[in-house]
Amino acid sequence: MTITKTQEGTKLTVAIEGELNTNTAPELEKEFETCLDGITSLVIDAQNMNYISSAGLRALFGAAEVMQENGDMCVINANDEVKNIFEVTGFVDIIDVK
Amino acid sequence: MKRLEIPAEKARLTEVLDFVLGFSEELGFGKKELFQLKVCTEEIFVNVASYAYAPDTGMITVTADGSADPLSVTVSFIDSGTPFDPLSKPDPAKDRPFSQAKKGGLGIFITKKLMDEVSYAYQDGSNILTIRKTIPSTENAYE
Repeated sequence: MTITKTQEGTKLTVAIEGELNTNTAPELEKEFETCLDGITSLVIDAQNMNYISSAGLRALFGAAEVMQENGDMCVINANDEVKNIFEVTGFVDIIDVK
Repeated sequence: MKRLEIPAEKARLTEVLDFVLGFSEELGFGKKELFQLKVCTEEIFVNVASYAYAPDTGMITVTADGSADPLSVTVSFIDSGTPFDPLSKPDPAKDRPFSQAKKGGLGIFITKKLMDEVSYAYQDGSNILTIRKTIPSTENAYE
């Protein structure tokens, strides 16, 4: 998995490439611990994210919990299979999936 | 039926995925179902690796069986760790997603949603969790 961060003012885009699974999710959680300070808009670009499991969802939930206090969060460009996981888990009810 | 017996350790996840997905792909499953089988296999294997033998380690046996017509695969995960029925846990509450997600149980919830059948049995000192994915032959014809 590769994480690429692009910040414009208080808007942060985090592009996730590869698999967000049990073994890679802790790395993303660690990123979120430090990169969300002062951010009011978080965009997760999932264009090149080809897989997600519950460990990955938990990492995104963690960020959503922080952003709930500080601003907004959305996920963009997710493929159909990843979107299906967002839908069956009710993730789409909590986080804006575009 | 094919069978894989390996240590239930997170580091062995890739081997389990290769086994289950390789078997399912040979039967004729497409991209969408292979993705779903991958997620469910990860969820179940990681649960066993994390909790079944904690703080010790142990083995897991994975069996895969199926047919091409109707297109169906049945995968069982068998461990001889602490008796535990993951299906006995309530589904996460929609109005409290954050706390529920942290508590765990999300993986088995996803599994129940993506598979056609999920069952648990405790037999002869073993936990046996079985998942099944089936595509009716009429639907398969359009794949």
